[in-house]
Amino acid sequence: MSGIVIIGAGQAAGQAAASLRQEGFEGTITILGDEDSAPYQRPPLSKQYLSGEVGVDRLLVRPEKFYVDKNIDLKTGTRVGSIAPSEKSVTTTGGDRFEYDKLLIATGSRPRILNITGSDLEGIHYLRTMGDVDGIRESMGSASRICIVGGGYIGLEVAAVARTSGLDVTVLEMEDRILQRVTTPEMSAYYHQLHAGRGVNIMTNTTVSGFQGNGSVSAVLCGDEIIEADLVIVGIGIIPNVELAETAGLKCENGIVVDDHCRSSDPDIYAAGDCTNHPNPLLNRRLRLESVPNAMEQARVASANMLGGDRVYAAIPWFWSDQYELKLQMVGFSSDGDSSVIRGDKSTNEFAVFYLNDGKVVAVDAVNSPREFMVCKQLYGKAVNAPDLANPEFELKSLLN
Amino acid sequence: MPQVKFIEFNGTEHVVDASKGESIMVAATNNLVPGIDADCGGECSCATCHVLIDADWQARLGARSEQEESMLDLNPDRTDESRLSCQIPMTDELDGITVRLPEFQY
Ligand SMILES: Cc1cc2nc3c(=O)[nH]c(=O)nc-3n(C[C@H](O)[C@H](O)[C@H](O)COP(=O)(O)OP(=O)(O)OC[C@H]3O[C@@H](n4cnc5c(N)ncnc54)[C@H](O)[C@@H]3O)c2cc1C
Ligand code: FES
Repeated sequence: MSGIVIIGAGQAAGQAAASLRQEGFEGTITILGDEDSAPYQRPPLSKQYLSGEVGVDRLLVRPEKFYVDKNIDLKTGTRVGSIAPSEKSVTTTGGDRFEYDKLLIATGSRPRILNITGSDLEGIHYLRTMGDVDGIRESMGSASRICIVGGGYIGLEVAAVARTSGLDVTVLEMEDRILQRVTTPEMSAYYHQLHAGRGVNIMTNTTVSGFQGNGSVSAVLCGDEIIEADLVIVGIGIIPNVELAETAGLKCENGIVVDDHCRSSDPDIYAAGDCTNHPNPLLNRRLRLESVPNAMEQARVASANMLGGDRVYAAIPWFWSDQYELKLQMVGFSSDGDSSVIRGDKSTNEFAVFYLNDGKVVAVDAVNSPREFMVCKQLYGKAVNAPDLANPEFELKSLLN
Repeated sequence: MPQVKFIEFNGTEHVVDASKGESIMVAATNNLVPGIDADCGGECSCATCHVLIDADWQARLGARSEQEESMLDLNPDRTDESRLSCQIPMTDELDGITVRLPEFQY
């Protein structure tokens, strides 16, 4: 038995290795990851790790000792260069070859890169890895003006941390509103006002055309407009890491195509996390998600099935984002709704917007409202009376069971 | 090192060593105790680290924060013993604490 090989050492990989051992698998587990660290959590990177509230030890999914104790062969700093499905082996860029009985691809995703004039100047950062944030934090110490390209959740979280530590912050958004890809105009407007109220300068309909600087960035160019900045963070989306799978002949289409068992088009190769395009039976469609709960659940499902189990992935997507003292917790996709109802009062920064489709709950955006988040997780797909949701006196508890 | 005794819903017991300062959730996941998902990694954002701790031990823990309280409030398995294990750091005083796991995490 050659055992199980996992490519990538991120959130899905770490969970898969743990799940395999938890399920009683005693064979060889080899994790091959190109970063220098054991699997770690990325959400704090743009939140408490960026602000300095938590250190490296809190980022690690499990301490290094765990892998030793559980006999998991974790090879960091090791990049896989190719997969040979016909030989059931993978080869690293260093030329080492590993055979597998089952392979899990958990290669995640990488930031989309801006390729424009000046984009190789010092002081222009992306935010995906611990190393990226260490670089940003170092620059933040001496920077006074930060420009964030892209008004998505990560960009806005960085804006919140930078503003809180006293920097001058500008957010540039190409679309006519921030968070355009992921939320409703109503929520975009709420977050726009929130950041503007804290002194962040948000410029929508603004496309970056280049960067200026002498060695190090000093300004961002948007057509005729010049925005001074000594630190730039680019957060304009991610690209799934599918090239290995694609070259190996696995079916890929906006991610590695897997079935509801997290199995790819090769029966011995599974995939989990950001890199997959997977079916969701609860939503009745295929999705590619960028979220920790998805990476963790797919890792559990893939692990069980690699060991001969029959576990189906069927989870309702959810996500969270921390900005200033506000915790946003989301369930489902607001775009699935045909109507919405608000519970609570936006002006108090404590409210939830429920989205309904045909009278059934399909999503919630809950700001500092954990109860509404928890209720939506459980009510998903169930019919409710919209005025009840809107009534703050109405006990949500009565909707359950 | 303080120890934690986890009892799975099916009765299986796991006694594990915890480092001081690390949460009960971390003690569980580092030792492969099943029944705790901890999807958010301890941010009090997911409630998938729900555990049950009896009144005697609860008396030795700090009170629930407002966030923890509201995350637990609408959990279908909620009892007076409910806690989010990521919100409880281990101390020497908690050596020997017994933690029961619910049947499901929501
Ligand atoms: C700043 C930031 C904040 C986030 N905040 C949240 C949040 O609040 N909530 C949330 O749910 N999600 C959040 N996410 C998303 C979440 O982190 C990802 O969805 C999650 O990490 C996906 O896990 P994964 O295992 O699929 O990929 P990753 O964790 O990215 O791991 C993949 C690993 O594989 C490695 N790899 C790739 N190719 C190879 C190769 N050929 N050989 C070897 N190794 C390889 C990569 O370098 C990487 O280390 C955030 C992400 C970022 C960057
Ligand atoms: S681990 Fe998510 S709330 Fe405890």
